[in-house]
Amino acid sequence: MNNNNVIEAQDLTKMFGDFTAVNAISFEVKKGEIFGFLGANGAGKTTAMKMLIGISKPTAGKAKVAGFDVYKQAEDIKKNIGYMSQKFALYDDLTVKENITFFGGIYGLSRKRIKEKSKLLIKELGLEEVENQLVGSLPLGWKQKLSFSVSLLHDPKIVFLDEPTGGVDPITRRQFWEMIYKAASEGTTVFVTTHYMDEAEYCDRVSIMVNGKIEALDTPKNLKQQFNVANMNDVFLKLARG
Amino acid sequence: MKRFIGFIKKEFYHIFRDRRSLFILFGMPIAQIMLFGFAITNEINNVDIAVLDHSKDATTKEIINKISASKYFSINQFIDRESDIETIFKKGKVKAVLNFEEGFSKKLIKDHKATIQIITDATDPNTANTISNYVNAILQQYQKGLNNDITIAYQIVPQTRMVYNPELKSVYMFVPGVMTIILMLVSAMMTSISITREKELGTMEILLVSPIKPIQVIVGKVFPYIFLSIVNAIVIVVLSIFIFKMPVQGSLFLLGLESVLFIITSLALGILISTISATQQTAMMISLMGLMLPVILLSGFIFPISSMPLPLQIISNIIPAKWFIIIIKGIMLKGVGLQYLWKETLILVGMTIFFIGLSVKKYKIRLE
Amino acid sequence: MSITVNHISKSYKNVKALEDISFEVKEGELFGLIGPDGAGKTTLFRILTTLLIANEGTATVAGFDVVTDYKKIRNSVGYMPGRFSLYQDLTVEENLNFFATIFGTTIEENYELIKEIYVQIEPFKDRRAGKLSGGMKQKLALCCALIHKPKVLFLDEPTTGVDPVSRKEFWEMLKRLQKKGITILVSTPYMDEAALCDRIALIQDGKILQIDTPQAIVKHYPKQIYNVRANNTYQLLNSLNAYRHNHSVFPFGEFVHYTDSRADFNPKDLVDYLESKNLSNIEIEKTEPTIEDTFMELAK
Repeated sequence: MNNNNVIEAQDLTKMFGDFTAVNAISFEVKKGEIFGFLGANGAGKTTAMKMLIGISKPTAGKAKVAGFDVYKQAEDIKKNIGYMSQKFALYDDLTVKENITFFGGIYGLSRKRIKEKSKLLIKELGLEEVENQLVGSLPLGWKQKLSFSVSLLHDPKIVFLDEPTGGVDPITRRQFWEMIYKAASEGTTVFVTTHYMDEAEYCDRVSIMVNGKIEALDTPKNLKQQFNVANMNDVFLKLARG
Repeated sequence: MKRFIGFIKKEFYHIFRDRRSLFILFGMPIAQIMLFGFAITNEINNVDIAVLDHSKDATTKEIINKISASKYFSINQFIDRESDIETIFKKGKVKAVLNFEEGFSKKLIKDHKATIQIITDATDPNTANTISNYVNAILQQYQKGLNNDITIAYQIVPQTRMVYNPELKSVYMFVPGVMTIILMLVSAMMTSISITREKELGTMEILLVSPIKPIQVIVGKVFPYIFLSIVNAIVIVVLSIFIFKMPVQGSLFLLGLESVLFIITSLALGILISTISATQQTAMMISLMGLMLPVILLSGFIFPISSMPLPLQIISNIIPAKWFIIIIKGIMLKGVGLQYLWKETLILVGMTIFFIGLSVKKYKIRLE
Repeated sequence: MSITVNHISKSYKNVKALEDISFEVKEGELFGLIGPDGAGKTTLFRILTTLLIANEGTATVAGFDVVTDYKKIRNSVGYMPGRFSLYQDLTVEENLNFFATIFGTTIEENYELIKEIYVQIEPFKDRRAGKLSGGMKQKLALCCALIHKPKVLFLDEPTTGVDPVSRKEFWEMLKRLQKKGITILVSTPYMDEAALCDRIALIQDGKILQIDTPQAIVKHYPKQIYNVRANNTYQLLNSLNAYRHNHSVFPFGEFVHYTDSRADFNPKDLVDYLESKNLSNIEIEKTEPTIEDTFMELAK
């Protein structure tokens, strides 16, 4: 495995009965890269991601994540990745601090480390005033930022984000992307699955999945040039409509 | 009217496409009645007992024969001394000992009174109680036979508790209770769940923003369950008549009417629950905790109301199931008609009107 | 006027969901309510569809008052709530039939109106609604909302969670419906959909930031926006944020949108500054503002 690649997939395939959900996809993601994994609902994004994070066994093909094999070392993969989704993020009925402590515990951080991290994180996000409030009472944007920070608690090599910024107001959304850029500049690889094409514009490189296959993979700039359109949305429309 | 029929059609689609609710609707009644009928029973069969007969005269022999002839008891041993009683119990071979006093026949004829002591092993109080009841019943029958030819009655200990269930079948006691539970469950829980499901799915929003009237929604929701509950009631009665050979002494027609009344009471409760709960889960919890538990514990189904502490006796009055159990026990076991049950029926009618009124008042034409 | 909203306010307990909202929607207009989650869009929709009562203010829909004439409104509007709100265990056809019956009509009677949309889902008419894809569900929901030929159509975030292809098709359908004289009030969190409306209201935290045509809204953006780009985005952002002449700095796709506080801003100064921060491959060029830029400028 190339030392610079934190994800390498080769002909990765998943079948459900006769149905091929993921059809021999191959790609690499470099260390510190923000990689957009795009596709319509049902294109196979989620299935592919589940294989990468070690919760679903591929039918065929090879893949290594953070240097570990998805077939044999699923447990090691889980220790080295973070995950955040818009649907499931934090417990609404726990306070900010309790959530951090809980997830720190889950990721196997020592009590001392959790304390340090928790302090640091609350300060960075400017949550000192609300650290003892229930997460459910916080505005959506704060929750998402907190949730992202929590997914980075154990300093994972790769963090997987599932449609992270849908529905957030534009300013909070930018603050969120600033956090992503920061994580990436510190060497964390960010893997974003989304079907919102404007999220794609922020990524270093994007792949677009259509019907289980990766139909395009390049920087947003190159893709827009290649398809001669103004934005990623139109790239997607051209690809999906064939 | 077309709207209404369309609505009901939709409700039946929901019911028949949801295996879980179908199971609750039809599996539960059958399972429960079978469970109570066969498994959870107070009946005894071939219980070993011993006899200590101080008289050994004609009467005691006759009684002993009668007891051993019944399928409930088999006389396992005859003992001669009082001191043997304890030994025999300790060995655990018998569940009861019948102790006839000396000169039994003579005393009965002379004093019109003779004593037989029934000593039961009360480590299992339920069985002990049942055994003594059974023996008593057999003795009574015997006494009745004696009294036929004699002008002055021999002393009979009245066993009023048994009088309407002469065969001592516990299933007869359970049928009214099970029927009550099932009608309550199907009617109240299923309607409240089906209404809250619309809230949870967001379809209630669309229904509200449509010309269909709230009353049509409620009646449309309730109607299928009235129908299904009646089917259930019929299934239960048929099962108890044919499988458990339970006699229905009173009018089947009245039984049907009273059941429909109770079904409507439960449906009204179901609607009420749905107006105060936002999710199916809450509706289910309220139905189970708020309705099922009181029905099981406070309606007199399992624990006799007369033996409850006074506060609970008072509370039991507000439980519709209590009155319904009185009514159906009356009709099924005693064979009495409306002339004896009008009071209970009126109470149920009153409760129903109250619940319907309350739920109509509480039903929201908007979201808050 | 098809919809009028006058000084509507609404609070839940101590949270203000809407504050003094006023606007009008003309007959046959496609009006967009643009704002993020939690801005109050759904609350406003529920007030207009008679599901909630405002604490203050009045509103009319199709000429009827939302409080006193709620029954008439319920007869004459179509409503598609935010989540998919059809019966998942009924088939496509059964759902449509059901909604037709409760509105006292039949599919045949208004087939003309839904035809274009319905033909796309007709091949699946015996499939249960729960088993449809996101785009299909949305088309079915629209058919159900249209089945009684409503005068006003309320669509609460119809394109949330739907892929770009279905989104595009959906907006094309709305344009066609509009031509048939139906007034449409639609809400969306996606700024890029704003351009497809006749007029829009930008809404955040229960307050309307601005109401106008999408063209006028971007035209009134007060500053010249520059697309800035360099070899390291994170460092670029930090440097721009630290630059004392900045007016606004927002990451915007592959660029950073930058506006300067000075009237006589010369991009060359910025290039020099960024180079002094060890950034390379610096690009700076003028760009046109978008709705999103305006939204951020107003919400700042």
